[in-house]
Amino acid sequence: MQSYVEAIREGTDLEMQRDESVIVFGLDVDDPKAIQGTTHGLAARYGSERVFGTPLSEDAMTGVAIGMALAGLRPIHVHIRMDFLLLAMNQLVNVAAKSRYMYGGQVHVPMVVRSMIGKSWGQGAQHSQGLYAYFMHVPGLKVVAPTTPYDAKGCLIHAIRDDDPVLYIEHRILHFQKGQVPEAPYEVAPGKARIVIEGGDVTLVGISHMQLECLRAQRYLQSVGVKAEVIDPIWLSPLDIDTIVDSVRKTGKLCVVDNGWTTCGAGAEIASLVVERLQGSREVRIRRLGFAPVTCPPTPPLEDLFYPNGRTIASAAYDLVHGTAGDWLPEERSELQEVEFKGPF
Amino acid sequence: MRQQIFKSLYRIRRVEEEIARIYPSDKIKSPVHLSIGQESVAVGVCEALRPDDVVFGSYRSHAYYLAKGGDLKKMLAELYGKSTGCAKGKGGSMHLIDVEHGVMGASAVVGTTIAHAVGYAYAMKLQHRSSLVVSFFGDGATEEGVFFESLNFAALKELPIIFVCENNSYAINTHIRFRQKSPNLCEKASAQGLHAERVADTDTLAILDRVNTVAQAMRNGGSGPYFFEFLTYRWKEHVGPNEDYQLGYRSIDEARPWIEQDSVRRAGSELDPVLYEQIKQEVEKEIQAAIAFAEASPFPEPRELFTDVTGD
Repeated sequence: MQSYVEAIREGTDLEMQRDESVIVFGLDVDDPKAIQGTTHGLAARYGSERVFGTPLSEDAMTGVAIGMALAGLRPIHVHIRMDFLLLAMNQLVNVAAKSRYMYGGQVHVPMVVRSMIGKSWGQGAQHSQGLYAYFMHVPGLKVVAPTTPYDAKGCLIHAIRDDDPVLYIEHRILHFQKGQVPEAPYEVAPGKARIVIEGGDVTLVGISHMQLECLRAQRYLQSVGVKAEVIDPIWLSPLDIDTIVDSVRKTGKLCVVDNGWTTCGAGAEIASLVVERLQGSREVRIRRLGFAPVTCPPTPPLEDLFYPNGRTIASAAYDLVHGTAGDWLPEERSELQEVEFKGPF
Repeated sequence: MRQQIFKSLYRIRRVEEEIARIYPSDKIKSPVHLSIGQESVAVGVCEALRPDDVVFGSYRSHAYYLAKGGDLKKMLAELYGKSTGCAKGKGGSMHLIDVEHGVMGASAVVGTTIAHAVGYAYAMKLQHRSSLVVSFFGDGATEEGVFFESLNFAALKELPIIFVCENNSYAINTHIRFRQKSPNLCEKASAQGLHAERVADTDTLAILDRVNTVAQAMRNGGSGPYFFEFLTYRWKEHVGPNEDYQLGYRSIDEARPWIEQDSVRRAGSELDPVLYEQIKQEVEKEIQAAIAFAEASPFPEPRELFTDVTGD
């Protein structure tokens, strides 16, 4: 069993060992805390030219990564919070995404941008945002949000080897997940979503940390005889919509749970694609869940209401199956609470 | 050297005059930001570079693209939106590229490529390659955050890069005195830890001499980076083929001294008249051939809309 953190560290280490063009930088990647341990030991092993902390210059350092990539390096730029990517939008959207196209295919920009979504212990307005939909919107960018240690390693290795810019989205709470991770390098490439649990009554699609909450919801639903199929899209762009469509063709009901706001979100995109594909051939009922349409509050009682959780997801899925409206909300079951993030940060 | 400099200056001037001449025909459907009046900076800098050196720049890209050796036929075809263009018609005037000749691209967003040049220079140093990198930008870019961030990092890592600020005093139609409380650009660069130098002489040989000295020192292991501010002047409007003195934000009186010390004319007057005529004829012939090439080239096939998005 290996943690998500160790899976990232090991994936990075293996690729740096295999390919000397791979380099890692970002605020604090070489400090003693080593980005929750995900970059631990890399500076000592590969030296300060290939692993280095940067000035607080997200805009320029993203541009620096692009320039490095144009010169043949494979940079990994690390951000300890996804919110900070807003300082790098010009470089990511106007240049990284577009260079291959606007230069007629003469150049490509192989770079990985790692960033973490925060949650709980007062992360609040600017440490909690899941902004991956911004990047899904833009042709030329790839987006991945692995939820298991196995995928964390395999997706990272693929992202590093990919010749296009990849936004690699982590979630602070998922860092604590443990799972089986093969020692040898392997790739989890785009093109295949994973059916995590099979079921015939309702399809649950959970993105990033909401995948965990969907797994909890599946257990709650099981207790009232509803069989949920739980799907992890893994790669958001390009997105394997076929697996989701096939599932909804079977169940006729889709509850997509976003780790962000629902308006123009990843869940909205998935729901639209499913409707476009199934309309006229299969009647479907759809529900989107996500962050409450407000700024994330730090105080725990309000923060609890801000996020979907296993119980509220189960309740929404129950409504889809039975055509009810909030008739059932399961009692909390403590055995379903796995390790939670404990502060202080 | 004088001969080579005149040819490069004259070629850039005439290419842009031809672009301005053709522009009203609507055959060039691409916003053109002409460098007419500013050629000596691009030529003086690029003549000090080796073929394996690399330049990054801004949307005012024609001069340094040509000065660095960028392919003229491919450039004009790109402006015409043709499939034979340097970016297959997918870049346009603001995104000229010629990887083979070390022209690594340009951005329509001011200041953006300064950071790319720095990243490229980092890679050169890491890989122990001897190429230098030059970052071209205007005075407007020195107001962007990315300028300060990039210079700081370049100085911190002692990268082999020369920053070239073409200070023409205007960002679109607004003079630098309305944009900066303290418009001493060299001070800003010095504050980031760079060697910084203002060159007021618009003579191409003078520019070449200064850049050559700095480039040689950098190649011989001297630590970079270095910042140059070259004073220059844009004769035409910010974008488009015309003059704009009638708008009132600047006067022809302000421009006149710059036009009188025209570096292209000055370089030509120093040559033997026979040689001068010979170079002019060579250049005209090449330009007309390039225009003919652009006009005769096909537009991209519809399927090209969907290629080059990703490598998949």
